[in-house]
Amino acid sequence: MGRNLTDLGLFVGKRLLQLIPVLIGAITITFVLTHLNISDPCSYWVPKAKRAQLDACISTFGTNQPLTTQFLHYLQTLATGNWGIDPLDHQPVWPQIMLALPQTLELVFAALFLMIVIGIPLGVIAANSNGRLADHLVRVFYLSGWAAPTYLFALLLAVVVAPAVGLPYSGAFTTLNPPFPQYTHVSVLDAALSGSPAYLWDAFAHLILPAVSLAFINMGIATRMTRASMLEVLPLDFVKTARMKGLSEFWVLYKHALRNSLITTVTVLGVTAGGLLSSTVVIEEVFNWPGIGRYSYQAITGYNFPGTIAVVVVFAVGVVVANLVADILYGVLDPRVEWR
Amino acid sequence: MDSRRSTRGDDLPLERFVRSEKGSDPEPPLLTTPPRRRGAVAETVRTVWLVMRANPLTLLGFLVVVVMVVTALVVGLTPILTHLLLGHSLSATPYPVNSFSTSDASQGPSPRHWMGTDSIGTDIFSQVLAALPLDLVIAFSVAGIALVAGGTLGIIAGYFDTPGTLGGAGATIILRVTDVFLAFPSLVLALAVAASLGRGTEAAVIALLVTWWPYYVRLARGEVLAVRHLPYITAARAAGVTDGTILGRHVLRNILEPLVVYYTLDVGTVLVTFSTISYVGIGVPFGVPEWGNMIEQYAGYLATLPWTVVGPGLAVFVTVLGFSLLGDGLRDILDPRSRRILSQGPAVDSTSAAPIAAPAAGEKA
Repeated sequence: MGRNLTDLGLFVGKRLLQLIPVLIGAITITFVLTHLNISDPCSYWVPKAKRAQLDACISTFGTNQPLTTQFLHYLQTLATGNWGIDPLDHQPVWPQIMLALPQTLELVFAALFLMIVIGIPLGVIAANSNGRLADHLVRVFYLSGWAAPTYLFALLLAVVVAPAVGLPYSGAFTTLNPPFPQYTHVSVLDAALSGSPAYLWDAFAHLILPAVSLAFINMGIATRMTRASMLEVLPLDFVKTARMKGLSEFWVLYKHALRNSLITTVTVLGVTAGGLLSSTVVIEEVFNWPGIGRYSYQAITGYNFPGTIAVVVVFAVGVVVANLVADILYGVLDPRVEWR
Repeated sequence: MDSRRSTRGDDLPLERFVRSEKGSDPEPPLLTTPPRRRGAVAETVRTVWLVMRANPLTLLGFLVVVVMVVTALVVGLTPILTHLLLGHSLSATPYPVNSFSTSDASQGPSPRHWMGTDSIGTDIFSQVLAALPLDLVIAFSVAGIALVAGGTLGIIAGYFDTPGTLGGAGATIILRVTDVFLAFPSLVLALAVAASLGRGTEAAVIALLVTWWPYYVRLARGEVLAVRHLPYITAARAAGVTDGTILGRHVLRNILEPLVVYYTLDVGTVLVTFSTISYVGIGVPFGVPEWGNMIEQYAGYLATLPWTVVGPGLAVFVTVLGFSLLGDGLRDILDPRSRRILSQGPAVDSTSAAPIAAPAAGEKA
């Protein structure tokens, strides 16, 4: 075991193999938990239906069969690559999710960007003024994000802040008419591809508030980790040397000290993926952002079982991949780590 | 009880053994944490007090938690006690929760109605107060059950993980199942379970319980792996102490701190998540006073009667912030360096990084 590309490949392969039991488990658990207590989902799917419609629904989706039969049937269709159809609008589930996924990734990466450019400097400030006012203020700030209910913060941004600062608060990519063409379903990228600055600003303006709420709620992890690892680095000799040779405080903190304490922060950011994805469920619903979080919100509340299971699988893959990326980055940043 | 009494005799010579070994150790006692003795509780209280004094925010969080718990007890117990003592129930809320009066409708915050009233004249502050016991009980108990269940599984998975044994197989199963649960975002699963069980307080609690335990498994296992090979455990085993007693007396006591600290933070998280489930509309039934429920109910009034949303929102925010400040401060006790500095009193080496808990005065280099 060492640090060359073959080892890295083996490491990634092994981790991806471990994904298989996780996915099987996630599918089984979600299937059982969603179906367990709903004996007659057709009454939700076709409300106020005539007897004949209800019967048609039951025979189409086989909801009168035992749970094990339904599960085996689900697995059989899944094995052919078919994730089932949405019982509400009879659309296949998977294409809808694949259309929504890039929008969510855009939101998550925008939030990660904010967490890095705001959260990490805050951690540095807090560590440098350990125990004094700035430290306390930073702590209150990041714990406020932790304590603010996602839905309330998003609602306040959407209803109070958005009109006040003149930002749009609803819909993903644009309110301009005609909308710019959607190639990638990443709105800022699409707007940039369209070549018009108006489109680009519009897409960007739509992204700001959802990204800010997502970042604020998960800010604590980046700040706390940076602060903790900075506190370990600051008393070390090389920092004292840097100060003694007359470097400016900014240079000492952000070049010498931060660089050596970033490893843990970067790693921990990968672990925040679960929290970020969880938060998108409510934030996308509040901001009407057509991503996978809003899709899962609607799938869950609409008893769209195939949709719920597929969304859970996508989320699980997202979490596992984010952890894997964090582990790889950890190895890249820290030359002592071996791929195992 | 029986096993506890029967091992009491073994305990003293064992401790003496560990202590004498520690004494003969030329290195400072970094690894050999001796088992807790009688004064341990007092010592913990003293450390906690030192950390509180060092960081005013931890004290603030502690005070918020105490105020919330006491208020919840008063609000929750007043109807029961007055019913027992006086024969009829009195409410601790200033106005009845379900009353309405058109003359008081749509009022802003005032000395009469601290958080204003809604469009039919129901007092918001009374509803927020009435929701406090429910929210706190659920937060404490869901996190508590997760702590006990996840912690137990984690201890088992950490202690019995020798490959090829029955315990090793059990540990593998526990860890694989935990991995599955850790892989999906808990809110999504909780929402799915709550939706499936139908709207109701029990459904929301079950949904939280199903999703909440896995992190404790990982945390407890990690702690057990860290202490499992320490000399005092080996010594206990050499002295013929059974696995159960080692786990209960020696392992559990030494891994309890991180679990309890995480629990303090977690109570707030459960509270937020529970209110989120209610906000989504699949939690507590309509009309039950619960903060998330209130925010859902009044969300449409955010522009016209903002206090109806701000009241319960502030309640969630302040409560969770209290638990977070307390938990975040307590977590600093875990850092052995800051604990050592604290237990030596306020004289701190000015250049040492006393993480977080350094006394507020006189630390500047």
